[in-house]
Amino acid sequence: MLETIWFILWGVLWAVYFMLDGFDLGLGTLMPFFAKNDTERRIIYNAMGPFWDGNEVWLITAGGATFAAFPVAYAVMFNGLYSALLLLLFSLILRGVSFEFRNKVESPAWRALWDACLVVGSFLPALLLGVAFANIFQGIPIDKNGVFQGSFFSLLNPYGLAGGILFVLLFLVHGSLWLAVKSDGGLQQRAASAASRLWPILLVVAVLFLAYTYVATNLFDNYFKIPILWVLPLLAVSGLLLIKAFVAKKAWWGAWFASSLTIVGVTLFGVAGLYPNLLPSSIDPEFSITAFNGSSSQLTLKIMLGVALVMVPIVIAYQTWVYIFLRNKVTEKDLLY
Amino acid sequence: MDVVMLSRLQFAVASLFHFLFVPLTLGLSVLTAIYETRYVQTGDEDYKRAAKFWGKLFLINFALGVVTGITLEFQFGTNWSSYSKYVGDIFGSLLAIEATLAFYLESTFIGVWAFTWNRVSPKVHALFIWLVAIASNVSALWILIANGWMQHPVGYVLRNNRAELQDFVAVITNKFALLEFVHTVGWAYVVASFFVMGICAYHLLRKNEVDFFKKSFKIASTFALIFTILGVFTGHLSGSEVAETQPSKLAAMESHWETKQNAPMYLFVMPDEQNERNSVEILPIPSMLSLLAFHSPSAEVKGLKDIPKEERPPVSLTFWSFRIMVGIGTLLLLIVIFAWKNRHGIEACPGLLRILLLAIPLPYLGHEVGWIVAEVGRQPWIVYGLMKTSDAVSTLARSQVLASLWAFIVLYSLLGLVDFYLLAKYARKGPQPAES
Ligand code: HDD
Ligand code: HEM
Ligand code: HEM
Repeated sequence: MLETIWFILWGVLWAVYFMLDGFDLGLGTLMPFFAKNDTERRIIYNAMGPFWDGNEVWLITAGGATFAAFPVAYAVMFNGLYSALLLLLFSLILRGVSFEFRNKVESPAWRALWDACLVVGSFLPALLLGVAFANIFQGIPIDKNGVFQGSFFSLLNPYGLAGGILFVLLFLVHGSLWLAVKSDGGLQQRAASAASRLWPILLVVAVLFLAYTYVATNLFDNYFKIPILWVLPLLAVSGLLLIKAFVAKKAWWGAWFASSLTIVGVTLFGVAGLYPNLLPSSIDPEFSITAFNGSSSQLTLKIMLGVALVMVPIVIAYQTWVYIFLRNKVTEKDLLY
Repeated sequence: MDVVMLSRLQFAVASLFHFLFVPLTLGLSVLTAIYETRYVQTGDEDYKRAAKFWGKLFLINFALGVVTGITLEFQFGTNWSSYSKYVGDIFGSLLAIEATLAFYLESTFIGVWAFTWNRVSPKVHALFIWLVAIASNVSALWILIANGWMQHPVGYVLRNNRAELQDFVAVITNKFALLEFVHTVGWAYVVASFFVMGICAYHLLRKNEVDFFKKSFKIASTFALIFTILGVFTGHLSGSEVAETQPSKLAAMESHWETKQNAPMYLFVMPDEQNERNSVEILPIPSMLSLLAFHSPSAEVKGLKDIPKEERPPVSLTFWSFRIMVGIGTLLLLIVIFAWKNRHGIEACPGLLRILLLAIPLPYLGHEVGWIVAEVGRQPWIVYGLMKTSDAVSTLARSQVLASLWAFIVLYSLLGLVDFYLLAKYARKGPQPAES
């Protein structure tokens, strides 16, 4: 029981992380394409400025919760995906420092350097997270001792790459919509038109990915067993359609919420399909790490559940307050970065 | 070098580098909050400028503290996966609690604070920085409870081939951990106050903004005095706790080879690890080691020779690190007494100001060697008495770890240089003029 609750929480933490940091990663990737001059570049930095760090903590907790609730899964996953994970972390380092460093020296070359770091540090995490999750959906080669038998390059298989492309597109749309919310004038127009142009591509990729998932993974087994779960992919699809509707009405907040819904739906669709596996083994299902053979003791799960039930709503409350408090468009006079 | 050694080096690089930024974050957040509170209380614009000036340096430093912390969080899984499986039940939950209790609060409100100058009332704005300061200190508490558990495991039971949680209260009231917390945080405040005093000294020597920097200096010097005294005192308490719980570390810290009662302390020692003795031992203070470690001159102190060879930590590194730490602590105490006594007329003491400027790196060095004492002195154990470091490592190819180690070294060195350059640049530039 506790294991199942923690499995759900685990999925929710990742979903929230993708929803929040997703727009930073997408917008960071597109920054040079949107901005025509330095002021516009700064507006884009400042549109993410007060939020990105608080968003990134969801990644830390998703990792931390894996460690606390499912230590075996944490150990096997991060050991197995060693190179990919370190690449992800190094990219996030570059992304993080570019915010603080960029505006500190008045030199175009200096700024161009950190702009490049922002782009690389936003694009690579989006891609790698997608590749990693798609690989987990289809199963990774772990043997009976939990030792990963593949390599960094074996992760770049067709289904893995498809997952990477899907994530990148989801985040690009999400980030464009965020900029449409936070800016006006030419910048907003460019962001909006990017979102509308990316949308059909996303739709096609999402449908293809769903079909590919049916072929390449066992995710759908749970859906045939427990039909109520179809709600989750349905959420993702309706989110996707709502984006289109809101964009047509130029209702940017609505569009951004719709793309949040899409991201959450996609993540939970995968996670629900995985259950009870955290890391299915592609060598032999017997070797899979599940919520039951990879979990912590009942006492730890109980204490951690108590902490989560008290703290997570508090965190959500003050982070929501911050988003509401700083909801206005970024203007030239409140540029910090 | 094998995978174990490479992973150890990588962890050491990553954590020592993280700890170049952590102490300043812990201390400068509190000092900035104090300056801003003074502004709320007095309405004196200088304090607002102080909060902005020190706050800007705080942010430059904070950026690297954040990004280097994330790599640490995940390295337990990447490099120490056997360890993670073995202790995840306890250790993992402490890390997760740290994130939910502290990181969210800190990371969320640092953004709010930086972006809302003049957009909320001064009181509310000061509240934001206090939240950041409190959260960073709460984060230190939980991470040190985690580390303290590795130093002195309590509240667990061995079951299912791993250490499982049995008594959560015992884990969070672990005396070893709480002593680590007060000692580390105390000295972190010293890092921040020497940082502030040193930069004030730079400007006072140039007669730049004398009033402004004197105000910052007075508060920082009082802060430094309190926490330097506390740091020396808690260091002594930590030493006694080590004596009780980790005899092999204590023996290595003192390079103490023969078990004896009335153990003396030598002011000057040269360890000779190969021959299991000290090549030089002069200026003994009789019974001092027994007294410091166990509060009784006749207490018996275990020597390294009575500890099996394979359970001894590297002696020279532990010993010298400890000596340097204590030396720095003593020196800082001397400096801070003079600085505090002269705080009202500090601009007229150029000699002292020059010393204060040069002293900025000293407390940093104290933290680095302090961690070397704590961590190297704990070897060969990763969890003292329970699990050896060599059994903790992941299944990785040597080439993988070698590549990542180099990536860490190159990336961190570059970022460290940039951060240092920016800190120096903005420290030299001084505060912005008052808003009219
Ligand atoms: C500015 C930095 C600084 C300074 C000047 C000192 N320390 Fe320290 N010390 C630390 C910063 C530090 C630290 C980095 O914060 C450590 C590492 C682990 C810990 O708990 O604190 C530490 C560890 C540490 C330990 C090992 C505890 C363990 O194994 O976990 C002892 C026994 C002392 N200290 C004792 C002292 C004494 C007697 C000092 C006398 C003046 C002193 N320290 C100065
Ligand atoms: C941030 C300050 C810290 C520094 C500077 C530091 C330093 C070091 C060093 C130098 C080593 C290598 C020792 C050796 O192998 O000879 C090490 C190892 C290690 N430390 Fe720490 N440490 C710090 C904090 C922590 C904390 C807070 C934890 C746990 C929460 C921790 C856990 C470990 C682990 C898992 C290893 C690897 C195994 C080992 O080699 O002992 N460290 N650390
Ligand atoms: C090896 C163990 C450690 C791990 C795994 C770790 C983890 C982290 C992480 C993930 C962050 C970034 C948080 C963010 O994004 O906001 C961070 C930052 C920080 N850490 Fe560490 N840390 C370790 C050691 C320490 C120690 C020993 C202390 C204090 C004594 C400490 C205090 C801090 C502080 C004050 C920050 C500032 C940034 C923040 O909290 O956001 N850390 N650490």
